[in-house]
Amino acid sequence: MNLSADRTTGRLPDAFLRPGSSSFVDFLAEHAPDRLPGNRSVPAGMTDPATLSPHATTIVALTFDGGVLMAGDRRATAGNMIASRSIEKVFPADEYSAVGFAGSAGIGLELVRLFQLELEHYEKIEGSLLSLTGKANRLATMLRGNLQMAMQGLAVVPLFAGYDLDKDTGRIFSYDPTGGRYEEHEHHGVGSGSVFARGALKKLWRRGMDADAATRVAVEALYDAADDDSATGGPDTVRGIYPIVATVSVDGYERIESAEIARVAEQIAAERRERGSLA
Amino acid sequence: MNMPFYVSPEQLMKDRADFARKGIARGRSVVVLAYDGGIAFATENPSRALHKISEIYDRIAFAAVGKYNEFENLRVAGVRYADMRGYSYDRSDVTARGLANAYAQTLGTVFITESKPLEVEIVVAEVGTEPADDQIYRLTYDGTVADEHSFVVMGGQAEQLGRRVKDGWRENMSLGEALRLAVAALGSGEGSSSRTIDAAQLEVAVLERDRPRRAFRRLTRQVLADLLAEGGEAVSGATARADDLPPADDVPAGPATPGMGTADTAPSDAVDAVDTTEPDAEPESPDESPTDESPTDESPTEESPTDESATEEKPDEGPDTSGTTPGTDR
Repeated sequence: MNLSADRTTGRLPDAFLRPGSSSFVDFLAEHAPDRLPGNRSVPAGMTDPATLSPHATTIVALTFDGGVLMAGDRRATAGNMIASRSIEKVFPADEYSAVGFAGSAGIGLELVRLFQLELEHYEKIEGSLLSLTGKANRLATMLRGNLQMAMQGLAVVPLFAGYDLDKDTGRIFSYDPTGGRYEEHEHHGVGSGSVFARGALKKLWRRGMDADAATRVAVEALYDAADDDSATGGPDTVRGIYPIVATVSVDGYERIESAEIARVAEQIAAERRERGSLA
Repeated sequence: MNMPFYVSPEQLMKDRADFARKGIARGRSVVVLAYDGGIAFATENPSRALHKISEIYDRIAFAAVGKYNEFENLRVAGVRYADMRGYSYDRSDVTARGLANAYAQTLGTVFITESKPLEVEIVVAEVGTEPADDQIYRLTYDGTVADEHSFVVMGGQAEQLGRRVKDGWRENMSLGEALRLAVAALGSGEGSSSRTIDAAQLEVAVLERDRPRRAFRRLTRQVLADLLAEGGEAVSGATARADDLPPADDVPAGPATPGMGTADTAPSDAVDAVDTTEPDAEPESPDESPTDESPTDESPTEESPTDESATEEKPDEGPDTSGTTPGTDR
């Protein structure tokens, strides 16, 4: 394990000084492959590897006029238990993109951390940002490295959204556990509650919405997901835990204040109360 | 085995140091100086793509002079080192001190064991939460580390420019003041007459204390031009002082500045003797075998006296520099 400096002399190992890839993941694969999140094998005969790690759930993303928005609920489950009420599943990937994930939380968090580092590493070495498609493809490559784990039940399904500085528009990319990358239009959702969230998004999404309207749509979609999916957490007014909502526009990544989300969630609840529906 | 004629270890180390210093002196200088909101880096560099100043990590930046391919290699290694460390432990565990040590070992090993020393000089700087926590490390071709405060000048006319910066520098300068001082110093470097460097010809970056995570920021041409124009009279005042300085040819006779770059003054009294040999032929000459026999003995004789007592030693870079074209090797 040759961590940072040669053990005998303290000098930087040759691998560090070798000209080559601008990719941190490639460097890691060459220099310290044991540190790659997907590079582990689950011993045969395990009862069910999927029960090892909490399961993170619903993420939605939608475009609005001037950018893209991503939102995720705060629940992680382990079987029928709630593993975490306040897990965060939406992160800035870099200044102009956001990444969220559903699936195995332990591997997902590691994947996101490595992806953030991958983008930053490239930016520092090359002195310029990757294109949005380039970033999306990097994530696909990293996901492919996790295929072994995915096949044993430890799958991660990320959702990637960002502002394309070349095309001046927000774009959304979804993935399958094997690393397939698909560009989505207007809106998308992943995770166990996404079936319901996507149904809501289809009805609520409008062309030309601003960021505030998009926030409301995202929170309402997550509300519907939490309504029908036990693994998705709804707004927790007792503890003050609300979905994480972030926008990415030409001004960069911006996380919307929790107080604002609380206000939106309360508004949605009030409207539904007023409607008086029992179903 | 053919045995080369005997070269004393002292002579060999002096040759190497001289070779490295000549290479470094060919490049244009970099000024690193603390200001009230962080640490500023400035150099003359018309290229928009080939940087001499770069980000290493959240609070750490890198500046270098000398051969571009060599310090670029070190820079990439530094980014990999920092990212690797931050990924393995935590972002807060990446420190300039650790990086400076790794660089020092690398430079030192190359200086002793390889056929040619690295012709680079590096600054690794980290901005702290308080000005007192700021760290500026200066590393020279032989692996010497100097823990600097306030400011560092390295490259071509480091001594001369350093004196300019020393005269003008004070605590808690604003960014504009600091940059005007740095640019005036850079412009005073060539010969006795000072010149004004256009903002388009400058590469300027800062480590800003108040930025949340990644403190490094490059100043775009427009921002820089505005900052430099803020106090035109300050610039002209500084320029006037530049005229009072002795011309470049007189520099070797002047006293060394104690505040800066003690590490830079490698064995220089030997240079006159060395001058009779061909400096260009040095890298090819088969000097390896004497080096390998006593690597550990040689470096202290070169480095340690330099560190403590070399403040009055004077590197003879001035004459070398005046004959070469600055900036050919970036």
